This record gives sequence, structure tokens and C-alpha cells, in this order.
Amino acid sequence: MPELVDGHISERDAGQFTGPSSFGMSLGGSQVQTGYDELAARRSLREQIAKLERELATAFTEAYPRRGLEWRVQSPGGPRIMGVGELEEIRDELAVRLEDVRRALRERALVEREHVDRIEEMMLAPERHKWVRISNQDIGEPGCKHWHSRPRLGLIGMLLGWWRVKISSGCP
Amino acid sequence: MTESRLESGWVEPSLREEFPGLGLRWTAVEAGPTRSPRELRQRLRHLSDRIHGERVLNLRREPIASSYRVFFRQIGIDPEEFRPPAEAAMLERLRAGRFASRNLLDDALVVSLVETGVSVRAFDADKITGSLGLRIAQPGERLGGNDIELPEGALVVADEQRSVGLIFGDSAPGRGVEPSTKRIALCVVGVPGVPEISIEEALWSTAGMLTGT
Repeated sequence: MPELVDGHISERDAGQFTGPSSFGMSLGGSQVQTGYDELAARRSLREQIAKLERELATAFTEAYPRRGLEWRVQSPGGPRIMGVGELEEIRDELAVRLEDVRRALRERALVEREHVDRIEEMMLAPERHKWVRISNQDIGEPGCKHWHSRPRLGLIGMLLGWWRVKISSGCP
Repeated sequence: MTESRLESGWVEPSLREEFPGLGLRWTAVEAGPTRSPRELRQRLRHLSDRIHGERVLNLRREPIASSYRVFFRQIGIDPEEFRPPAEAAMLERLRAGRFASRNLLDDALVVSLVETGVSVRAFDADKITGSLGLRIAQPGERLGGNDIELPEGALVVADEQRSVGLIFGDSAPGRGVEPSTKRIALCVVGVPGVPEISIEEALWSTAGMLTGT
């Protein structure tokens, strides 16, 4: 009988169980099951999957408008009853995806914070940030607004050092 | 229309053991896939105006949509790849700019899906034997008894003789609604977390639109 530790059954142990299912078949491919312990394990794994999926959904909505993040999670294919091993794989893939997304968002948050600081510096001394352009996307905000350090009156302002930050108000 | 009532479909005991709370409700109405009446097309247009990016973005955190996503994960489907029905419909609305009117049945299904978040499926009621239910496919079973072999452990909607469709996905050939259909069986697979009242609302609302009541 597989060892149940904190809702986790090792694949090695799960693979050894060969009891018949209610239809006399193996469910969910090669990861066979049916005893009471395995049913409890599958339920526990499904709860863990549910929790991770909800956390991933929260991360998805909070990540907006950031793009380029990967949200897909490899699945064994369904709709069918998953065996313990397959459920473990789904749970692990979800956990990895969630951690990847959170790490990516943390890294982006650092960069976005730097951009916000730079906007403040630009506003104080635009001549020190010539031609720098920072958009809402760079600070993790929705919309098309951007801050652009450029010379007043074009070439004359450039020659005389009259720099300012022009703020574009929105999308075309 | 003869008075229709909601039936509780059967669920195979071993499946119920795996997923407590999984269920199926269904009803049959006398209707066919005719052209949508003007009122329904208008309702579809109004609904198009109510769906916007922010709503779609937050959809997966709404309780019903979230329950379907979770269930998809638990039965081996990646909802990012094969979207739950409500998400698919709303993303299509964003892509196309509106909910396009197709016919009475499709329009009614879209309206109830978007309004309740619950997906209603339709079959030709005259091709169903007995009551509808949910079960695990038998080894070597073919969808609807025809060419498509079901994977081991597949979850199917079935009547008392054979499978009529995957739990979420294709219907068996010849079991869906066709131009010649006179009676439509409407069914909802209720997954854990979806309130019974939403399921009933989706079925009553769809039946009402189909029968004009």
C-alpha cells in the first residue's frame, strides 16, 4: 500500500498498487488505484490542485497589464479520471508555474520601481536624462501614457539646454 | 410547449465518490434550431455591450468560472489551452467585437452562459434513451458507439444505453441538435462549487428562450 505523507504518495508506491477499479480497469493510464487510501490521496491532491489553480488565477489578474508571462501548465489530457501519479504531476507543474510567475513578477517589480524612481529624477532634472522615454508599460500600469525627456523648441532648446519632460496623456 | 421540468441525472457511484458534488441536471423542450427572434438578437447585442476587457480579465476569479477551471485541471485539461465555456465565449466576444447571432439554440446557449456563467449543452432529445447521467467510459468504449474511441477513464455524459458526449467537449456523432430536431434535451454538468440555483437558472433561462416563454 502506498505511503501517504502529507497528502503525497510517491509515484513508485502508486505504481505498485494493482487493485481493480469499479469497472475492472485502470483509471488514468498507468497510475492505478482504487483502495480507500488512494481515493483519499486523489481527493487530497485535487484539493491541492484547486488551491494552486486559484492562486494562479489571482496572480494572472494581478499581473495585468504585464505581458509575456507563461500561464500554460502541461496537462496529461482529459477529460478523465487522473491517477495519483498524474495528479501529482499536475500539482507539481502548477506549483512550478506559480513560482515562476511570482519570481518573474518580483523581478519586474524591481525594474518597475527603478523606472518610477527615474521618472521622478527626470522630472527634477530633465537635462540629465536626455531623450529618455518611459511608458506606463515600463512601470506596470495599464494605458499608453509616457514620460519623454526632450528639448523645448526643438533644435534651439537642445543647443541652449532647455530640456523638459513631456507627458503624453494616453492612447491614440 | 408541454410543461417541462428539471430532472436530476444519475451519476455513477464511483464517479460520485471521486468528485462529491458532481452532478447533472437536464430537461427537454419542444424546439428546434430555427432563426432567432428579434428580441433574442437584441438581448445578445445588449449582452455584447456589457462584456469588456476588465470583466474578462477578472472572470477566472469569479466563483463559478473558477470552479470550472479547477475542475478542468483536476480532470487533466489545461484551461489555458481548452477554455471553460464562459471564458471561451467572452474571449470570442472580445475578438469578434460582439456576440454574433447564429440561430435560436446557439443564441440561447450563449445568453444563458454569459448571464449565469453556467454552460448548458444540447442534444437531440428524441435520440436519447432514458435519463442522462455521468459516468466513466468502459475500456474500449466508443463515443456514441461510433468511430471515436474514448481514452481509458474518460468522463462522459451518457444516456441509459451509450455515451452521448464527453463531459466537456465533443458530442457523439448524430446526438447533437440538427435542423430536423423537434425536441431538445438541455443539460448542465454541475461541478463542485457551482451553486444549484445557478444551474437551474441556466436551464430555465435557456428553455424559456427556446420556447418563447
